[in-house]
Amino acid sequence: MHQVEIATTQETLLDSPEMVLNMGPQHPSTHGVLRVVLRLDGETVMDLDCDIGYLHRGMEKIAENRMYTMIAPYWDRLDYIAAVSNGLVWVETVEQMMGLPVPPRAHYLRTILTELNRIASHLLWLATHALDIGAVTVLLWALREREEILKIFERQFGARLTCHAWRVGGMPNDAYDDFNKDVRQFVNNFPKRLDEYETVLSENRIWLSRTVGIGVISAEDAIAIGLSGPALRGSGVAWDVRKSRPYAAYADMDFDIPLGENGDTYDRYLVRLEEMRQSRRIVDQALEKLPDGPVNAKLPKIVKPPAGDYYHSIEAPKGEIGCYIVSDGSAQPWRVRVRPPSFINLQALKQMCVGHLVADVVAIIGTLDIVLGEIDR
Amino acid sequence: MIAKPTMILLSPVNVLNDLLQSLGLSADSINFVVWPLIQIGLVVTLVALWVAYATYLERKISAFMQARLGPMRVGPWGLLQPIADGIKLLTKEDFIPESADRWIFFFAPYIAVASAFIVFSVIPFGPDWAVIADVNIGLLFVLAVSSVGVLALILAGWSSNSKYALLGGLRSSAQMVSYEVAMGLSLIGALMFARTLSLSGIVAAQASDSIWFVVYQPAGFLLFLISGIAENNRAPFDLPEAESELVAGFHTEYSGMRWSLFFMAEYAAMVVVSAVAATVYLGGWYFPFVYRLETSGHHNLFVLVSLLVFLVKASLILYFYFWLRWTLPRFRYDQLMDIGWKWLIPSALINIVLSGFAIFAVQALDGYRELKTIESLSHGLNLTATGKGVMIAFGLAGLFITAALLSRINWRSRDFNLRTQRRNIKLVNVPKGKPAVQPGN
Repeated sequence: MHQVEIATTQETLLDSPEMVLNMGPQHPSTHGVLRVVLRLDGETVMDLDCDIGYLHRGMEKIAENRMYTMIAPYWDRLDYIAAVSNGLVWVETVEQMMGLPVPPRAHYLRTILTELNRIASHLLWLATHALDIGAVTVLLWALREREEILKIFERQFGARLTCHAWRVGGMPNDAYDDFNKDVRQFVNNFPKRLDEYETVLSENRIWLSRTVGIGVISAEDAIAIGLSGPALRGSGVAWDVRKSRPYAAYADMDFDIPLGENGDTYDRYLVRLEEMRQSRRIVDQALEKLPDGPVNAKLPKIVKPPAGDYYHSIEAPKGEIGCYIVSDGSAQPWRVRVRPPSFINLQALKQMCVGHLVADVVAIIGTLDIVLGEIDR
Repeated sequence: MIAKPTMILLSPVNVLNDLLQSLGLSADSINFVVWPLIQIGLVVTLVALWVAYATYLERKISAFMQARLGPMRVGPWGLLQPIADGIKLLTKEDFIPESADRWIFFFAPYIAVASAFIVFSVIPFGPDWAVIADVNIGLLFVLAVSSVGVLALILAGWSSNSKYALLGGLRSSAQMVSYEVAMGLSLIGALMFARTLSLSGIVAAQASDSIWFVVYQPAGFLLFLISGIAENNRAPFDLPEAESELVAGFHTEYSGMRWSLFFMAEYAAMVVVSAVAATVYLGGWYFPFVYRLETSGHHNLFVLVSLLVFLVKASLILYFYFWLRWTLPRFRYDQLMDIGWKWLIPSALINIVLSGFAIFAVQALDGYRELKTIESLSHGLNLTATGKGVMIAFGLAGLFITAALLSRINWRSRDFNLRTQRRNIKLVNVPKGKPAVQPGN
């Protein structure tokens, strides 16, 4: 474990006006096994340092010893809240290395299911973020909606959370019989429910006073740190991989990017809520246009991409997740590197927190929407 | 004498008195020793049950608000859940951390529970025999004893020797001290009408005037409710135990029965505040027309019905607490202090001034152009219908005046008018396939 570089001004606790507080790795609202070491003056945060690695599984190293098709399930476990999106970045990268023609139906299904996954992930974020700030009821309401999506996933992939959704070249099987009906039902019910959540929070005085002006990060700083996803768009930067480098069937979809102005917690909250609405729009359109046909491209027996470097990224719920693969032409990658959105977003924590109170640290960790599985890999 | 079964139901007091006297006890020892003991036993049992089932109700109510069922397994509709919980907690290991200050850690929960339960000795659950002790400084006693509860939290937080517990203890002491002021000040308005500190006297003042003080004192009632929530560390003011920030606050290191004593103390304190609010502002056991039972000769039935009325009123306020807890997010520590010092205490002071002015106006109007506002001044302030109208008008006007003055005082405050700060977000639809990096604004 690395030595956390935080020192108090005095030697013992009683002499010192400052206190070092270990938040985590066992703490209810660090969203996993994140350890944040806080230097506090009263309750004001003077300094903080993040200690990560409690969930390190050596994913990138494991990938060097596996065949390309065998790595995909590992990738699902990066950000386990959004397994579908994470799996997609791996298979799409491999497909692009191979130059495989993926059938359009597979592209559309991928679009629908990743967008559903984005909604599920954002709902979990809303649930836990509201819980961190003390609104318990929103937690269960949001999980109720997420349950509907997980049911669709269970019928489609056979698993609710750890679904292994894709195969290189397409999908393992076509959509199940009632898929259209189930998704359509969700799409129809969802806006009403989302409005309900907004009535509890968006205009709530306490919610406003807890989120407005908390954890501000300017557009320039956000770009300098490398933030992506809603954390970046909350600061007003129009960057969305779905728009700028469309993958799957996003080029055919009509949707907007929500942008915040001030880059505070409240803006990011609004951005994510609006993203859920836009995701619903995308699912709606993709379901309308869903073409018929096969869902799988023809693959060689062993996937052996030509030698070279490849990078491909997609817009995961947490931000831009990228996959950099160095191939030496064999059946196993020579080196793999993930561009992890949560890990990079976490770098903004110190800048956002210093000067705020302990209660705000929790709110800011919530608004960054991190998942430790992806940070530690 | 052998009483008929219906008589036993309607007059348990007389039957028991006869029985005790036939055992050879003197009237004094019956009145001052046996009866108080019976009352105390009854009240402690009743309150303990109330507290236990308040937890059950809270779980059920929160469950219904959150689209689930709540406890369903133990007994029909989970009705035996509190008992099962009690057994579970009693049989758990009584764990004291090695680094804790052993004796303080040991005793802190008892202080919490005792301070919450002692208050019930002066609460008038009903008229006549439904009061244990009618102390003539009752309300002062309530405030004094319930503020001892804060000691328990500080001691628990300090003795646990844990940083989270310490922060929880610090928060709770600061919070309780500042909200106690607002709570005490908000009660003064009602006391000016009742002209007594005795809780029974306050109820009697409302009964003799056939009115609840909440209509004279809407602002005072609201202030008392808000500061009562803060005093009890309930959401949205539950900072000392904010589980998402401080794990469990001052009772982080507690487990088993000692933890559940804190839990019971919290609920008992909640019941206390509900009971005091019901007594001072909602007329206590007084309800229109119930008095007819007394005049028609059914004294004990009257007491029992009044008791029920009181329980219903207090439970409604209790429900209000549950409702708030499961709806609102939590305040931050500094915002909580802002609300206490910048909003509640000034408005309590304004309320006192306005109440004084209202009473002065009613007295001045009496006799002016043959208006008759005051009936008598023997039991508190007895007003005629005109007088009540004037008083209610002043009470309602007080709400607006308080709000206006507070906005005037606090218009610079950061939290003022946050609603206007609600923003909308932009939606952009950038051309497809084109990099779209551009700093905002």
